[in-house]
Amino acid sequence: MLLTILTILLPFGALLAGWQFDEKSSDNPDGASLAPGLALDLQGGTQVILEAVTSDGSEITPEAMEEAIGVIRQRVDANGVTEAEISSQGARQIVVEIPGEVDDETVALISQAAQMKFRPVLTYGAPQPTVQPSASPSASAKGGSGDDAAADGGENAGAEDPAELEKKAVEEAKDVNPTDGSDLAQITPSVQALYDQLDCTNPKNLEGGGGDHPDRVLVTCDQTGAAKYILGPVEVDGTDLTSATSGLIPGSNGTVTNEWGVTLDFNSEGTTKFRETTERLTSLEPPRNQFAIVLDGLIVSAPSSNEPITNGQATISGSFTRDSAATLANQLSFGSLPLTFEVDGQNQISATLGSEQLQRGLFAGLIGLALVVVYSMFQYRTLGLLTVASLVVAGAMTYVVIALLSWTMGYRLSLPGIAGLIVAIGFTADSFIVYFERIRDELRDGRTLRLAVQRGWVRARRTVLAAKSVNLLSAVILYFMTVGGVRGFAFTLGLTTIIDIMVVFWFTHPVMELIAKIPFFRDGHKASGLSADRLDLDKGPRYRGAGRFSTPKPEAADAPDYGTPSRERELVTAQSVTPTPRTTEDGRRMTIAERRAAERKAAAGSAETTQTAQNEEKH
Amino acid sequence: MAGSFAHWGNDLYTGRRSYPIVQRRGLWFSIVGLLSAASILVLVFQGLNLGIDFRGGSEFTVSGVASTDEDIALDTVATVAPGEVPHVTRVGADSVRVQVSQLDNDETGELQDALAQAYGVAPSEVTANFIGPTWGESVSMRALWGTVAFVIAAAVFMAVYFRAWRMSLAAVVAMLADVLVSAGVYAVIGWEVTPSTIIGFLTILGFSLYDKMVVFDKVRENTVAVTEQTRSTYAERANLAVNQTLVRSINTSVVALLPVAGILFVGGFLLGAGTLNDISLSLFVGIAVGATSSIFLATPLDVALREREPRIAEHTKKVMDLRAGLAAEGASDDLLAAAASGSAQLVPGHHQGHTAQPKRRR
Repeated sequence: MLLTILTILLPFGALLAGWQFDEKSSDNPDGASLAPGLALDLQGGTQVILEAVTSDGSEITPEAMEEAIGVIRQRVDANGVTEAEISSQGARQIVVEIPGEVDDETVALISQAAQMKFRPVLTYGAPQPTVQPSASPSASAKGGSGDDAAADGGENAGAEDPAELEKKAVEEAKDVNPTDGSDLAQITPSVQALYDQLDCTNPKNLEGGGGDHPDRVLVTCDQTGAAKYILGPVEVDGTDLTSATSGLIPGSNGTVTNEWGVTLDFNSEGTTKFRETTERLTSLEPPRNQFAIVLDGLIVSAPSSNEPITNGQATISGSFTRDSAATLANQLSFGSLPLTFEVDGQNQISATLGSEQLQRGLFAGLIGLALVVVYSMFQYRTLGLLTVASLVVAGAMTYVVIALLSWTMGYRLSLPGIAGLIVAIGFTADSFIVYFERIRDELRDGRTLRLAVQRGWVRARRTVLAAKSVNLLSAVILYFMTVGGVRGFAFTLGLTTIIDIMVVFWFTHPVMELIAKIPFFRDGHKASGLSADRLDLDKGPRYRGAGRFSTPKPEAADAPDYGTPSRERELVTAQSVTPTPRTTEDGRRMTIAERRAAERKAAAGSAETTQTAQNEEKH
Repeated sequence: MAGSFAHWGNDLYTGRRSYPIVQRRGLWFSIVGLLSAASILVLVFQGLNLGIDFRGGSEFTVSGVASTDEDIALDTVATVAPGEVPHVTRVGADSVRVQVSQLDNDETGELQDALAQAYGVAPSEVTANFIGPTWGESVSMRALWGTVAFVIAAAVFMAVYFRAWRMSLAAVVAMLADVLVSAGVYAVIGWEVTPSTIIGFLTILGFSLYDKMVVFDKVRENTVAVTEQTRSTYAERANLAVNQTLVRSINTSVVALLPVAGILFVGGFLLGAGTLNDISLSLFVGIAVGATSSIFLATPLDVALREREPRIAEHTKKVMDLRAGLAAEGASDDLLAAAASGSAQLVPGHHQGHTAQPKRRR
């Protein structure tokens, strides 16, 4: 019993604690709130559906989709959008849900292709800016990290607006004629100024975003924000990479070493270009012997070239663990895909329409609940109150669990989810109906309420568990196999099924056992819903065990006929042919011996002996 | 009324009153057959009215309008994008939804402004969406595969639970018939199929199976040792189960339908079209069909299938022979009637003959 109360109250406590200590506010959007989080269709916002398309028709692996989502998340988060939901739906669709309105620029930004390039490193340094930009700091966010720069500005641009610097750098691009991609002459003063200003510790500069010009110098950050780089023009395109795999590096004599690494495989074009690059880089001094792998404008990895790679098979080694090698390989394989995103749908849901739907939905749910209350009172009289109480407990638990999940797991209540909850009223009430009907069946068999509850529970429990398992099965399978709204629906279905089982086992049944002891119910009061009258317990004799029958009360015999039963059974005891008393003075039914004695006594006084004896034989 | 309903329930439980549901199965099968055939014909010839999520196109929602007159929208679309056949719906109390085939960005902006002007609202009150034709399809395909997996898993679960694959087959066939008939009703009325409708149909599936599970569990309970006695046949016991569970079925379907009816009427008459409405429409039809078919289709189908099982067939024959013998010996009519109703409860006070006495097993 204690366990029961604890289990039911625990979520409440957890939610209250969360609300108290980690309250949701504008600077703590992940905090707990007493109200569950709402999905886009109730809250209003924009849903952008992106479809990943490969230009060469190659297949998109689930890993590549994960990477694509990571890239898009990076872009959206860095764009200052809070609480954006990004998920993959289907094999090649990505749904981005952003609360509030979104302008076309944002959509264009997040749907840009993510490209991978190999660029030579010119120099690198600590992520902090060496010159404080005096211009408005927000300007650096606009430029992002994909700043293109080239050419000689000729002046100290240290405190200038990066956008200005960029423009200047592009204009003067032709003045410099670098001998090769690693020529330090490419670091013109304006490029240097950009580099000096760049602050890689600022998350805004880690948003990525494509659009870096392949023929210009790129000033950008490491993906983790650990360093900033100036990179030369693109040497090899990511699409020239055929595969990237992680594994243990084979040693020179063919044995496998203990070191993890990533093996790159280039196609024929990539092989040529990569050979040229590595031939040049290997002879240069550090850090110019490094090449950077740039994915979506950010540096994924910057290995140094130890020897010229002529066969198009390079191995990146270093302090990799098994996981970090796999991550890099995944990122590289994703980058090798000529993947672009097409906007497949853009949905704006107005906030007013959403809240209107929510209000009406809740209103409809309340009306439904009220109707259920009226109906169960009509059917089960006072016992109907137990149904109502159980529904209330189930409803409260569902609400709390949803609020908890929206705090801990980021669950969002959507319109299909609400529909699922309303339908769940029916499913939940059914378990009580099955239970009550079983109890009534047992009562009809003539058992006392205490026994009827005991036996009825055993039978009802089995039915309820079996039927709910089917529901749970469907919820779990649908949750894992489907997407979008169907998934939200499956989640609420599974949640309410589990809560329903908990409530029946830990609330309805214990309460039923308790009220079976209350005289009002035990003795079958007319309004209890368990009255002998309603259950026809007064009609006909019933076997009550231990050789005893319950006899009908006299008035039941001439009770008005309700309808015409198709087959009225003739009951033997209804043959009113025995004048002998069948009960003792205290109302107990006579035993056979007592009855025989009484009959003999009666026979002595009358001549009906044969008649009685004949009747006796029937028993 | 409630009193007589309860009495009715009592009579059904004791077998004093019994509806020959299983015995008349030919009638139910032909009704279901007719309905299914009609549904297939409707689905083939008329087809479902697919929503914009499946067709693809642009959608405009004008909120806060003074009048929800659809002609304004029709005229506006005709001037901006001639040749378009817009689909105009009232949404909520003061919103209008206009659906056209996909427009390019310029046209979208133009139509957005024109609609705002026509309805006399600020341009920010007009939202524009577009949906690719593959979107709804890809979601539905995933849902379809999920459903197939779930039905197979549920069938296996039931076969194991009831220890009779025929029972599981009966439940699944009956459930498919439910979905087919519901879809037929949907097509006949011409309601739009949206992703929400798909969710609604999945719920129908779940409810239908759930309800069959409850009814079948009663059948299982009544027939668990059916071959160990010779008073009633499997069919009679199953019929008793259906009769005994009739009150539960009615109560459950009423309780399940009431909240859905709530959404339907609140949604349908106060809200206009919307996700809730789509779902509740399909649910209302589906729950009603599902609850009915648990009684009239699933159980008779189960009996029809199980009677082919050699063990059950042999037992049925044995019971019938014995009963014919009893009748020939001149047994009382009510005894035979009680046996035929499948009642587990014997007529009190009767001697059942020495065959009913406990025997030592050899």
